[in-house]
Amino acid sequence: MPALDFSKGEFLATVLARAVQGSRTVAAGTNSPIPAAAALLARARAPAAMEAIVLGLGEYWPFTDGGRELFDFAAQGRLDSFFLGGGQIDGAGNINLVGVGGYPAGKMRFPGSYGSAYLYALVPNVVLFREEHSPRVLVERVDFISARGIGPEGAYRTGGPRLLVTGRAVFRFAGGAFLLLSYHAGESVGSIRAATGFAFAVAPDVHETAPPEPEDLAFLRGPIANALRPLYPRFVANALSAGTHS
Amino acid sequence: MPILRRRWSAPRPAVTSKVVTLGALVEGIAQGVRIGIPPDYAGPALLATFEIIRRAIGGLHLVTAPTSGIQADLLIGAGLVASVETAGISLGEYGSAGRFQAAVTAGAIEIKDATCPALHAGFQAAEKGVPFLPLRGILGTDLLASRPDWKVIRNPFADSSDPIVVVPAIRPDVVLFHAALADSTGNVWIGTRRELATLAHASRATFVTVEALHPGNLLSDPTLAPGTLPHLYVTRVAVAPGGTWPLPFAGRVPGDEGALARYAEASRSAEGFSALVREWLDARA
Repeated sequence: MPALDFSKGEFLATVLARAVQGSRTVAAGTNSPIPAAAALLARARAPAAMEAIVLGLGEYWPFTDGGRELFDFAAQGRLDSFFLGGGQIDGAGNINLVGVGGYPAGKMRFPGSYGSAYLYALVPNVVLFREEHSPRVLVERVDFISARGIGPEGAYRTGGPRLLVTGRAVFRFAGGAFLLLSYHAGESVGSIRAATGFAFAVAPDVHETAPPEPEDLAFLRGPIANALRPLYPRFVANALSAGTHS
Repeated sequence: MPILRRRWSAPRPAVTSKVVTLGALVEGIAQGVRIGIPPDYAGPALLATFEIIRRAIGGLHLVTAPTSGIQADLLIGAGLVASVETAGISLGEYGSAGRFQAAVTAGAIEIKDATCPALHAGFQAAEKGVPFLPLRGILGTDLLASRPDWKVIRNPFADSSDPIVVVPAIRPDVVLFHAALADSTGNVWIGTRRELATLAHASRATFVTVEALHPGNLLSDPTLAPGTLPHLYVTRVAVAPGGTWPLPFAGRVPGDEGALARYAEASRSAEGFSALVREWLDARA
């Protein structure tokens, strides 16, 4: 079978969509084009009814009570999966969306914590996603904890990180540490180690991450591109179109 | 805020139009107020923001409900912001908010980091007239450690220890936003953007720009009334079509992608920012 032609965005959306398979509800937050595409793809491929919620996207934002409703929905236990990023992500699953090199003033400022400090504690299947996979991003210890990977002890907690997807690999988070499940085409366990600032274990059946199937690409380039175009015009133009990638 | 208090506690005729010019609306915003603004997707009043910049209304304490983008970045870049309380400021697909990031890393503004639901809860506490509200999550983070005004209490209804975060009410002096329709009484149609109602309920004064005036009374129309913010909470309204430019509005008005891309590029430096904002202000003079 000849290799399919697909963009990195299409590939990562497919990997993220698999990470939320089986959810009844999945949501993508602000400034998250690849997670938004993944949520819609997971819904398109779901064998049973699945709600895909995309912040800022008309018919995929089924809330009428303002921005707070998603957070209330999550605290009620109704939101199964959510995607979160991080300027830094550490080996204990902590994420930093605030900045590095000192606080409040510092060397570099990120946008802010958004809903992370809350949703991380309340959404059972949080999928961490950061395309850049480097020792600068995947660190031993974050400079600022926007949201905590585990605990603290005694705290009410129904959620947390379950998977980490990067531009190079997929990890599972369990027992307070990451386990390498798969590396993307062109990578190896060694190259992942070299690019990762925290220690991790390797799954016995570690393998190459599966590419998108033709059906994934058909959904992404057709109905999903059309649905996302008003919200993410640049992403749709650059990543969700056949034949423009090498 | 003495200026505000004087202006709005003065006796007024019982029936009056709240509709004023954009200039008169902005002149009601005093220096140094705590001003609440909505996120980019819920109607930021950007034409009004340009008028704030033209008049150099400074010393503002900005609080975003719960995030912002170009609006906060413009005010910060223009040197008009003393502090900002926010869950996040970015230009979305267009990249980082350059003036916000530069001001924070330089220590030029005070930053109060928050998380979206904590800001929603703070505004909700203010609208309920209670001093605080509890919410889940946040425990054990540096975010919580950075906020001495957020407390952890024991759930008073639990048998075992159940720590829970409480955040104080957020009561702005002014909120400013853009909506689709208003009538001359000051009723404003916000549709499903209920955070705008919460903001208005929480605030001492509410200034609204709108795309157009509704000829009748919004509360008399049973299809429009449920999405209407009553005039009780609205201080002034100005008609400003395209009032969120260059951002899109409500899925009806497209964004100006060229202008947004130019802003993202120019605002990486203070000089580029100043030149572009001067150009935009001159074009609207």
